[in-house]
Amino acid sequence: MTAPSPPRPRAVVIGVGNEFRRDDGAGLTVVALLARQLPAGVSLTVNDGEPTRMIEAWAGTPLAIVVDAVRAEPAVLGRLHRLVLDQPAMGLGGMVSSHGLGLDDAVGLGRALGRMPGRLIVHAVEAGDLSQGTGLTPAVAAVIDTLAAAVLHDLRS
Amino acid sequence: MYVLVSDGRVAEVQLNIYEPPRFFEAFLRGRAFTEPPDITARICGICPVAYQTSACQAVEDACGAELDGPLADLRRLLYCGEWIGSHALHIYMLHAPDFLGYPGAVEMAAEHRDVVERGLALRGAGNAIMELLGGRSIHPVNVRVGGFYRAPSPAELAPLAQQLRDALPLALDTVRWVAGFDFPDFTCPHELLALADPGRYPIERGTLATSGGRAFTAAEFEQHVAEEQVPHSTALHARLTGNGLDGNDRYLTGPLARYTLNSGSLPPLAAQAAAEAGLGPDCRNPFRSVVVRAVEIVCAIEEALRLIEGYRRPARPAVAVTAREATGHGVSEAPRGVLYHRYELAADGTIRSARIVPPTSQNQRAIEDDLHHFVADRLDFDDEQLTHACEQAIRNYDPCISCATHFLDLRIDRR
Repeated sequence: MTAPSPPRPRAVVIGVGNEFRRDDGAGLTVVALLARQLPAGVSLTVNDGEPTRMIEAWAGTPLAIVVDAVRAEPAVLGRLHRLVLDQPAMGLGGMVSSHGLGLDDAVGLGRALGRMPGRLIVHAVEAGDLSQGTGLTPAVAAVIDTLAAAVLHDLRS
Repeated sequence: MYVLVSDGRVAEVQLNIYEPPRFFEAFLRGRAFTEPPDITARICGICPVAYQTSACQAVEDACGAELDGPLADLRRLLYCGEWIGSHALHIYMLHAPDFLGYPGAVEMAAEHRDVVERGLALRGAGNAIMELLGGRSIHPVNVRVGGFYRAPSPAELAPLAQQLRDALPLALDTVRWVAGFDFPDFTCPHELLALADPGRYPIERGTLATSGGRAFTAAEFEQHVAEEQVPHSTALHARLTGNGLDGNDRYLTGPLARYTLNSGSLPPLAAQAAAEAGLGPDCRNPFRSVVVRAVEIVCAIEEALRLIEGYRRPARPAVAVTAREATGHGVSEAPRGVLYHRYELAADGTIRSARIVPPTSQNQRAIEDDLHHFVADRLDFDDEQLTHACEQAIRNYDPCISCATHFLDLRIDRR
């Protein structure tokens, strides 16, 4: 339960979401899948997307990869997005997180406070059903392996 | 939110708040009596300990188990962590930008980095308690019916005490800072409902009391609070049974109610900070709730330090809890107000029914009524200005939806 803080890993993968809001659990599902095949020096964590927790999770890390579900209009269920934020002025390109205080707030706050990771990669899947319940819709469930493979590719690059 | 303006007067205000517990009540039916703490923690990312605590107490009540000594202290200590973290988040990330004229915390951080860093340090102190006792700050995993899976040693708590001692002056600075904000004149006229815990400020347990003189136990909650469907919302609306004060059956729970009913029980530093901030024994202005939250951070840090100082590791991390056919009730003071759980158990411990009444749905009618008066004074605003003003007014009550900086979908029908 209590241990001295370990040294920062070379990379952290942050699964964002809520498993009781159906497709919002996509990021957590990816993290669970990666737990069985994690490269050395990489830590996994889950997060509800609240900006101060996001900053805490990624500050000081050379590479942070966020896996999240997003809303899009019109939505193409299960469509994957990859965005690299390694320049100070880069934004999220209009992606809307499935959460209240969103990833753009976390990035904005992280930049204002100088607490960004060296490189931030966002992997997002377009969600269909964010209502209360468990289990991903088939279109989102079908791309979880692909999404996990894409995260692993970034970790090994 | 829907506002009907007719002949230059506000005729109707309807607020539709998303309410997750209904799904969880159904989800819990048929599950084991040991599962509610883990499952209900998922209802809210900001206040999982509140859901866990009320759930544990309701199940323990049904099974005839009770925590005492260091286990009861650990439960209160964990809850202090949630208060510190939740209140710091609300003050610094959501509420203060409203008062200081910033669109949100990001813009405020750009000009007041040191202030936001102070907020993050306080939130970090709260999270540290939750990580140490709960195993992690989001959806703690070390909580179980009857106590914990593992109880820390006093030595493990020592670094936490140091972090809290460091956080205490930051909390006192926060009270002074927010006390200097400009507060609109506004008085909440409703009856107030909060827990009472003799000799100390109510956090994780207590009986219930109202400003109208009611006093009742958790088991009597549903005799005094009725929930009913309203046409405009899927959420149930709560009201006090009987006539309430002057025929007004709306009531308010949360920091204003807690403080007004229990300001005499604040620990010394928090009481002094409240007095210096200009709070009297009562506080009925929802805008000043930001000051009360800041005082409650001081209270939670003081309490946490007191509990750590007196802590002895319990002989076992949890008391035995044996299922029996019974119904149990649990209440605690979530950061947003009273959170009530009821579980009906079968003899084998299977949950037959669950009832969860969160603070946000209890406050909904009072918020609507307050907004009615708030909007009436601002009818000359255009829709965008009015939306922003109403967001700020709603944020006073820290409902679950307030985690969104711009959350309000306002429809004004001007006739």
